[in-house]
Amino acid sequence: MSSLPPALAAHPDLDTWVRVDVERTITVFTGKVELGQGIVSALARVAAEELDVAFERVRVETADTDHGLDERMTAGSRSMADSGTALRQAAAEVRARLLELASAALEVPLERLQILDGTISDPSGGGRVTYWQLAGGQPLRRTATGLVAPKPAGAHRLVGRSEANRSDLRELVTGATRFVQDLRHELMVHARVVRPPSRAARLESLDDAPVRGMAGVIGVVRNGSFVGVLAEREEQAVRAAEVLHSRARWAEEATLPPRGALGSWLREQPGEAFLVTDGSPAGPAPEPDGAVQWTHRASYTRPYLMHGSIGPSAAMALWQDGRLSVWTHSQGVYPLREALGDALELPTDAIRVLHVVGAGCYGHNAADDAAFDAALLAIAAPGRAVMLKWSRTDEHQWEPYGAPALVECSAVLDERGRIVDWSHDVWGTTHISRPMTGGSPNLLAGPHLDPPLSYRGPAPFLVKEAGIHRNATPIYELPRQRIVKHFVAAMPLRTSSLRSLGAYANVFAIESFMDELAALRGVSPLQFRLMHLGDTRAREVLQAAADAAGWSGAASADFGRGSGVALARYKGSAAYAAVVVRLHVDDETAVIVLDEIFIAADCGEVVDPSGAVNQLEGGALQSASWTLKEQVVFDSTTVNSVDWDTYPILRFSEVPRIESVLLDRPGQPFLGIGEATQGPTGAAISNAVFDAIGVRLRDTPFTPARVREAALVA
Amino acid sequence: MPDKIELDINGRRELVAVEPDTPFLQVLRNDLGLTAAKYGCGLEQCFACAVLVDGEATTTCASGVDAFVGRRVVTLEGLSSAGRLHPVQQAFIDEEAAQCGYCIPGMIVGAVALLERTPNPTDAEIREALDPHLCRCGSHWRIIKAVRRVARERS
Repeated sequence: MSSLPPALAAHPDLDTWVRVDVERTITVFTGKVELGQGIVSALARVAAEELDVAFERVRVETADTDHGLDERMTAGSRSMADSGTALRQAAAEVRARLLELASAALEVPLERLQILDGTISDPSGGGRVTYWQLAGGQPLRRTATGLVAPKPAGAHRLVGRSEANRSDLRELVTGATRFVQDLRHELMVHARVVRPPSRAARLESLDDAPVRGMAGVIGVVRNGSFVGVLAEREEQAVRAAEVLHSRARWAEEATLPPRGALGSWLREQPGEAFLVTDGSPAGPAPEPDGAVQWTHRASYTRPYLMHGSIGPSAAMALWQDGRLSVWTHSQGVYPLREALGDALELPTDAIRVLHVVGAGCYGHNAADDAAFDAALLAIAAPGRAVMLKWSRTDEHQWEPYGAPALVECSAVLDERGRIVDWSHDVWGTTHISRPMTGGSPNLLAGPHLDPPLSYRGPAPFLVKEAGIHRNATPIYELPRQRIVKHFVAAMPLRTSSLRSLGAYANVFAIESFMDELAALRGVSPLQFRLMHLGDTRAREVLQAAADAAGWSGAASADFGRGSGVALARYKGSAAYAAVVVRLHVDDETAVIVLDEIFIAADCGEVVDPSGAVNQLEGGALQSASWTLKEQVVFDSTTVNSVDWDTYPILRFSEVPRIESVLLDRPGQPFLGIGEATQGPTGAAISNAVFDAIGVRLRDTPFTPARVREAALVA
Repeated sequence: MPDKIELDINGRRELVAVEPDTPFLQVLRNDLGLTAAKYGCGLEQCFACAVLVDGEATTTCASGVDAFVGRRVVTLEGLSSAGRLHPVQQAFIDEEAAQCGYCIPGMIVGAVALLERTPNPTDAEIREALDPHLCRCGSHWRIIKAVRRVARERS
């Protein structure tokens, strides 16, 4: 083997990845970051395995632009495939180098040496030496060669095993974890930004005189329609921001789409259409063949959704001696540094961006925007570490939302009940408006400044399995397929990457539609899927979920109670997941009550079984929340989802029992798991509702009003 | 300089010189360095800021510090002592009942309060007690299992 994993080929210096510390620990580095997905522990497990040291000895340092390990974004369920694979190889090579050093030091041939928890010895009595004696605090100065093979799967004692809990849990349960919101700095001041009341609002006037006399207030920063305030104490900053809010006059405009008709709004927008072939948009879309007599057609929608992290975004920034330091929970410290450099007209080497954990991150949330806010305010207050926090309403109103979608499916079944013709049209706004360079940093405060730094007009991403068309290509073997991506250029509400991007809507539609076709032919939804499914791993996952649920696919005999299944392979290339949902529909309230969720998944080689299940189950519950409860509400001007009452999410009283099965594939590549259950869960709920009460729900969220409405039509 | 306010936090007498309407959460976090309790909404809607007040899980984000004078306050930091974890903390580790962990301080406080008054709760009682606590990562089911584990291991 001599080809290096791409991240290691890009950063082949082994010292960039692994450091033998002075004390009896090993520090490993990654350009990825902890988002709550447990990546730090999974990487520690991989490193401890390859290095033959105890799991507890491994420390993980995540992305910091001062370290130099640039792995771009922590996104797309790529961290194990990218950083995990690279770190595994780097650690294997470091271990080999340490063995060489030991062999020389002990004057014992390599093949006689063995390693136990970082101590290398010759069992026949030729002495012993530790990693730390050999290389503690010393760089190895070796470049990765790809010539060392990592351990075979059969030799693993940590990877894929349940022993050893996530290493950060003790700190989390004792309150010792320092989230970005918890940072302290001797030069710290507190800051708040006063956001405009609506998307196109411009600040006409601001009377800041009453604030300037308030206790603790250090200064008010105004630049165009961007307003911030700095104070010695947090409550002083909060109060000052409230007063500023009441003293600001804004010119507003009605720019938001009609509420409640998002599907037709999306369809009517100007945009571009692309034929999707093998997962990639390639060329203009043909009109549907008017001669085809479709057996069945249906359309599905999802509204704007929120990330809705429990902790609103925050950042700390310090501008001192011509250098800017930013502490952030961003998914990409390097891209953010570049965008900040562009926006602030600073060279990137004058900026350091360090990742600090934040509350759960499910995609491109407001972390980068908060970092820019903090940087703007820090530059106005040189020498002070500006701790900027968003309020709950800031976060609800201004985070980048998950994009709305409309999906229209059509199929022709032959006389044997097989699909012979398939058509899938998906409309949506962009899923990618991350921070960028080139004059449009795509940071929230940009357009509010004078002169404005406008957002880049969204452009269609045409790479394989990008946003809108992610998972638009079905997992099934269908002889004739027409898949069309309709890119809607308008962006009245900013949208960007929310966990699984377009996959949720596409899988929701495909897997609901498969269920409809099965019902049309009177075939069990399990059997109908298996009839069209060639991928062995997908078949096994589907069967494993049904087996876990003890479900044959037979229709419910108990009105009001039902089961449903759905399946997908995320992005067509990451983990497989099948979900079976058992639920009942309350006769009086029309509330959908989830009773049980069964998940089966194949993510290739499992590194951390408990962590993987945590991701699958968490994704399923979040998806259930989207499906049953969530939509951003707005009028023609203003977003009215401003808190948890106006944007409710799933609560404990609504959470089902969950059971998960992992189909481990030792020795196979890591397949990212963090977004695998988003799509299948939504469709499985819809299908289970049909099984329970014979009603098809095709527009999320499935509120009681929607259930009643659909029941009346049916 | 405002008058000093006397508080009973984690079994210690604390004096803070803040305005009496300063949100208690900010006093805990900024003046006492007890950052386990988190700001989530400022509206008493998510319980990320919950601490034990006379044994009850209570929000701290929207009430002034003066409302807590004379009350016995225990924060997450006060549950473990000398490196010994509270059984609820240990159960959260054993079940790996966390993802990002931001809501977990409030969850643990809520679970401790529940188990004090109902040592062997049913699933329905666990759900009801934790219903005001929001979690966005979807760790709910593991949190329920963690609370069950404490009850099971005690009995």
